Amino acid sequence: MTLVEPSRARTAPPPPKAVSPGRQVWQMFRRNHSAMAGLFILLAIILISLVGPSLYTVNPREMVWMPLTPPGQSEYVLGTDYLGRDLLAGLINGGRVTITIGVFAAVLTVLIGVTVGAMAGFFGGRVDNLLMRVTEFFQVLPNLLFAMVVVMLFGPTLVNISVAIGIVSWTSTARLTRAEFLRIREMDYVKAERSIGAGNARLIWKVILPNAAPPLIVVAALSIGSAILFEAGLSFLGLSDPNAMSWGRMIGDNRPYILDSSWGVTFPGLAIFLTVLAISLVGDGLNDAINPKLRQRQ
Amino acid sequence: MIKGTLGKTANTVILLIAVLVLNFAMIHVAPGDPVEALVGEMGGATTEQIAELRAQFGLDQPLYVQIGKYLWNVAQGDLGYSYYYDQPVTSLILDRIGPTLLLVTTALFSAIVIGTVLGVFSAQRRNSLLSHLVTVLSLAGFSAPVFWIGIMLILLLSVAIPILPISGMTSSEVPEGTFWYILDVAHHLVLPALTLGLIYLAFYSRLSRASMIEVLQTDYVRTARAKGLPRRMVIYKHALRNAVLPVVTFAGLQFGQVISGAVLVETVFAWPGLGTLAFDSILRRDTTTLLGILFFSALMVVVMNILTDIVYRRIDPRIKTA
Repeated sequence: MTLVEPSRARTAPPPPKAVSPGRQVWQMFRRNHSAMAGLFILLAIILISLVGPSLYTVNPREMVWMPLTPPGQSEYVLGTDYLGRDLLAGLINGGRVTITIGVFAAVLTVLIGVTVGAMAGFFGGRVDNLLMRVTEFFQVLPNLLFAMVVVMLFGPTLVNISVAIGIVSWTSTARLTRAEFLRIREMDYVKAERSIGAGNARLIWKVILPNAAPPLIVVAALSIGSAILFEAGLSFLGLSDPNAMSWGRMIGDNRPYILDSSWGVTFPGLAIFLTVLAISLVGDGLNDAINPKLRQRQ
Repeated sequence: MIKGTLGKTANTVILLIAVLVLNFAMIHVAPGDPVEALVGEMGGATTEQIAELRAQFGLDQPLYVQIGKYLWNVAQGDLGYSYYYDQPVTSLILDRIGPTLLLVTTALFSAIVIGTVLGVFSAQRRNSLLSHLVTVLSLAGFSAPVFWIGIMLILLLSVAIPILPISGMTSSEVPEGTFWYILDVAHHLVLPALTLGLIYLAFYSRLSRASMIEVLQTDYVRTARAKGLPRRMVIYKHALRNAVLPVVTFAGLQFGQVISGAVLVETVFAWPGLGTLAFDSILRRDTTTLLGILFFSALMVVVMNILTDIVYRRIDPRIKTA
């Protein structure tokens, strides 16, 4: 279509510079101070967890000093716990486990949720009915208790803990995905793709899902935070991998001694709090950065 | 309305049976069985004794017979027998439900009332100090582990400023059934309820704030303002009634999840409810009790969902059929 009336062509504004969606979101995100603060905290925590253990080489499982030494009274700056283990070493090493479980559980949550929601929203009818019943079933299951049962019966390994968290957390992602699919399914560009012979798989994964992605990315980011809290809760109840040090486990281990050493519980709790707070800030920032585009599109 | 409720009830029964089947399946898929656990606790047994125990538990029968028996027992209110506590699980649960309900009702009710008030006020002045405070409070409430908040409150209000008891529900020296006993329980209730309440408060203040902001932008609120109604009237009569709907929905949903929500807080404060029972049964590897609590909680969830549905229809007459 190159036939444009000369008069209209002259008055038309110059075409806006093409900016990729990712860049647009980043530009919005960058202006959000709290989200940027969250991002920096998060990156710092990840960096410390990655390289910290090789820089600060105290073994977090070994007795290094008098048990229950308060912070600042020995070379171990954050003090020691009831077994005389260095708290700082525990914090630095525990981050890996906590964040790994959080990410792994969140990936599972999103994977199950998006698959179920996409199938339900795309196929509709009986498939939708059945899958929504299943979703409802998992909503009725009391999530912490169910995860407790799974971990207790199958053993507290890192994989089992992550799977248990994933299994109880996916329902809201599924509902959101379904709603997005129901909306996008009826769009003209989807119909156009179908009319040129695109199969179901292509429509679901290549056409609809990318368009449904923005709110799902936000949910995925936030679910890392809730998975970390969940893991902390389970390990507080004693359901943690005996071979792995995590922040939640440190709190659980030190709880009986809070009257003698408040620091043993305070520091790991602060670490969890900061991490989840940073993730929430990033998630909220992403949401704000993505939402104006959603409004524009409708 | 009755028809809708009936349909929901049928749906509910199916859901509950599904929970039981899942319980049953998990025990059988998981490594080890109840007899092995029991033998472990007894400190070993002969092969004949083990075979006898298996027969006693019905474990030598085909799976479909076992599951049939299990469902039939639960239908009669029998959730199995806890060998650790030497009591039927049903009576264990009924003994412990009172403290849990007291704790959760107090926490949830105060959180809803305070949260709604905070939310409604902060929604009217979106850039005021209060509004920012609500945002910060809810962000913090969402990000801190609830059991850690509990421990921090103990350190603050029982250790640094010793005004509240650290744990438990009663002091042993106060006789039961007196006025002082009620005060004593209330005194012990403050910290756990505060801990659990803060989490709920974070949620409800945020929810009601968002809901109120949305409602204040609707056409009917604009109309009410345009025809010159006083501000109070607009806020409390026109806006609040609609803004409170999502609060009711979530209150129902969350009240159903009470036991799950209370596990961590009860464990921190040694509050003698179902949550501590669940924690103890993990320590003792008492699967029967834990599964019984799981089923009972699922039952609470569905019952609360049905009740919420009924309340919802009362508040919002537009919802006639589901």
